[in-house]
Amino acid sequence: MTITAHMEELAASYPQAINPNRKRLAAWLAGLLTLVGYLFYIWGAFDVSSALDRANTDRASLLALDTYAYKHHVELSLKSGDLMVNLEGNRRNAYETLPEWVVSAGGETRVDMGAGYLAVISLARLQLFKNDVLITDIETTATGPILHSAPQDWMRIAANKIEGRPDIYVRFIVTKSKILLQRYSTGWENFWFDSSSELNGTSIWAAIALTFSEDRLDTAQSNYALVTSEIWGNNEWQHGQIMHAMMITVLMAFCGTLLAAITALPLSFMAANNINPVGLLRFSMKRVFDFLRGVDALIWSLIFIRAFGLGPLSGILALWLTDTGTFGKMFSEAIENADQKQMDGVNSVGAGKVQTTWFGVIPQILPVLISQTLYFLESNTRSATVIGMLGAGGIGLKLADTMRTGQDWENTMYIIFLIIFVVIIMDNISSWLRARLIKGAEKSAL
Amino acid sequence: MSELMATANIAAQYEIAERRRRIYTGLLLILLLVLLIGGVRVAEEANSGSILAGLPKVFDYPFDILSQAYSKGWDFWSIPFSLQHAENGVQHTYFYYLIETINMAVVSTLIGFTLGGLISIIASRNLVKSRTLVWVTRRFTDIARAFPEIVIALFLIFIFGKNPIAAVVAIAFHTTGALSKMFSEVNENADMKAWEGLEAAGASWLQKVWFGIIPQVWPNWISYGLLRFEINVRASAILGFVGAGGLGQQFKTFVDWKFGADIAAIILLLILTITAIDILSTWARRRFIGKTAH
Repeated sequence: MTITAHMEELAASYPQAINPNRKRLAAWLAGLLTLVGYLFYIWGAFDVSSALDRANTDRASLLALDTYAYKHHVELSLKSGDLMVNLEGNRRNAYETLPEWVVSAGGETRVDMGAGYLAVISLARLQLFKNDVLITDIETTATGPILHSAPQDWMRIAANKIEGRPDIYVRFIVTKSKILLQRYSTGWENFWFDSSSELNGTSIWAAIALTFSEDRLDTAQSNYALVTSEIWGNNEWQHGQIMHAMMITVLMAFCGTLLAAITALPLSFMAANNINPVGLLRFSMKRVFDFLRGVDALIWSLIFIRAFGLGPLSGILALWLTDTGTFGKMFSEAIENADQKQMDGVNSVGAGKVQTTWFGVIPQILPVLISQTLYFLESNTRSATVIGMLGAGGIGLKLADTMRTGQDWENTMYIIFLIIFVVIIMDNISSWLRARLIKGAEKSAL
Repeated sequence: MSELMATANIAAQYEIAERRRRIYTGLLLILLLVLLIGGVRVAEEANSGSILAGLPKVFDYPFDILSQAYSKGWDFWSIPFSLQHAENGVQHTYFYYLIETINMAVVSTLIGFTLGGLISIIASRNLVKSRTLVWVTRRFTDIARAFPEIVIALFLIFIFGKNPIAAVVAIAFHTTGALSKMFSEVNENADMKAWEGLEAAGASWLQKVWFGIIPQVWPNWISYGLLRFEINVRASAILGFVGAGGLGQQFKTFVDWKFGADIAAIILLLILTITAIDILSTWARRRFIGKTAH
């Protein structure tokens, strides 16, 4: 028999394998059409097109820029003639001596804006040069600025204010009372030492070298104590407070998860149909679990905040109730799926009810129990962040604080990095523990 | 004689090992308990109120809400279907907002499922030869999972204004990360015989994935997708609370206004919806992968 003949024979005996099944094809097509139709409906229902039109992309790029860049303000008051250079427009961070990129002489100040831009400001005008070519010339008057150069599409010109952003890193604002230059630089400024610290401007490597040096900067304490306390007490980045808040969040997750596991274990036996013969009790226990889960941690935290005040305790209790519901459901299902043979075996050698459960059921459900608890430890760290944001404190509250003003997106980014780092660490610890503690049973549980 | 001694020796060794194991377990439990008690104490210190002072007040808020709901009488049951105050001048019922919340969950699950499925294939060690590619993809999924959704949602609300899109994108991003991890675990457990057969027949990589892997893994994918959907319904309700639309946003308004009856009605709607979706998806998952998966 030739191969061709053999193939023909095969094709004849399994026609459905060669010819596509029209019914299945039609079902696929119908499914696809429903999906496309649904997405169109959503496009309309969520008003996507008008939201996209309204989208404030300038704001988005500014916010994004703020996460990795900082800006210096050079502000010339036209009334008093005072020149001030500071960080992010914060008066507390003003420079006492002008930085080298600001040169003031003869009533004229030359500011090297970076990216090839040079601004020359005086009480009378602002001139902006790009690679030594004059691109903007603005005269200041008592009634408002007057533009003498050609208007550009990166400018916003109003009667009493001219604003320009020729480059994402360069910005100027001229009003009748002041000239403001904003000079952006990449990086996180003063990350280790804030501007009021005597170590301000010291790099972290120099600071580490300093801790090994014998010459004390401050005679009252060792260099190590000085450097760590300065970093910890950094006012702009608040390292100490943020680390403390992060710990509180992890604590919330840990206590909430553990309390829930401890509470759910006995309750889940009451809900399992192979342990508890009383149907009514089983049914009501299961509904209690559903209720606890259904209400959600957010609503529980609202209730507990009323009673116990703002803070992590309310967060712990909220996580505790929600997770008791979730664990109760999972544990009782695990108990119901436990093998009856092991229980029968223990029972047949004369064990009582308690012993049968202890030696017949617990060893079987232990892997599910541990693995679920560990898994939730990680996911609760994220939940604790969210309910923290809504009043339970911890890192969530810090995050909300930095986002509220819309000014400190670099701090927001820093906290996000920290959260991601901690969650990934927790994730790794929990999967390592799961693998160590239950060896191979891992796969059986969810 | 020596056999008996050997047996006795084994028994003694076993006894020692068993005792050591018990001591370790006991120590671990004590350590956990100490950490737990210490943790709760620390949390109580940081809290503005204490446990004892707050305990009698636990039921105040629920009682307040419920009594306001009770005072409405039969009218309470019509709340979900009556028109509500809305921000853009358009009035809708709670029912409408509930549908919006569910739609947010559905769309974000669909997006997350599609992207997660595609990414999971690149994140599976048995399907992709390049270790670097797998490593990079996995780190991306780790970050996508750990990124706090609420931050993405708030950032997008800054840009788009109060709109469900913010929540959908935020949840979809997280779902992509979570599902691609779970899917890639499923992919790595797949039986490679079909793959090898296809390889022997000269199939391309795409054909090997499509005919050798997908038919094996999709029931599990669907099951995990449904589980995610349950989680996402809650998430979209919560993100609504920070202004991303849906029932959560309404809920926030009435919590601020202290309208007890409306709060009770929304909580009831949410519980019923979440429970119904739980039951439906458990049923659907059982259909897809049999009774073995919980």
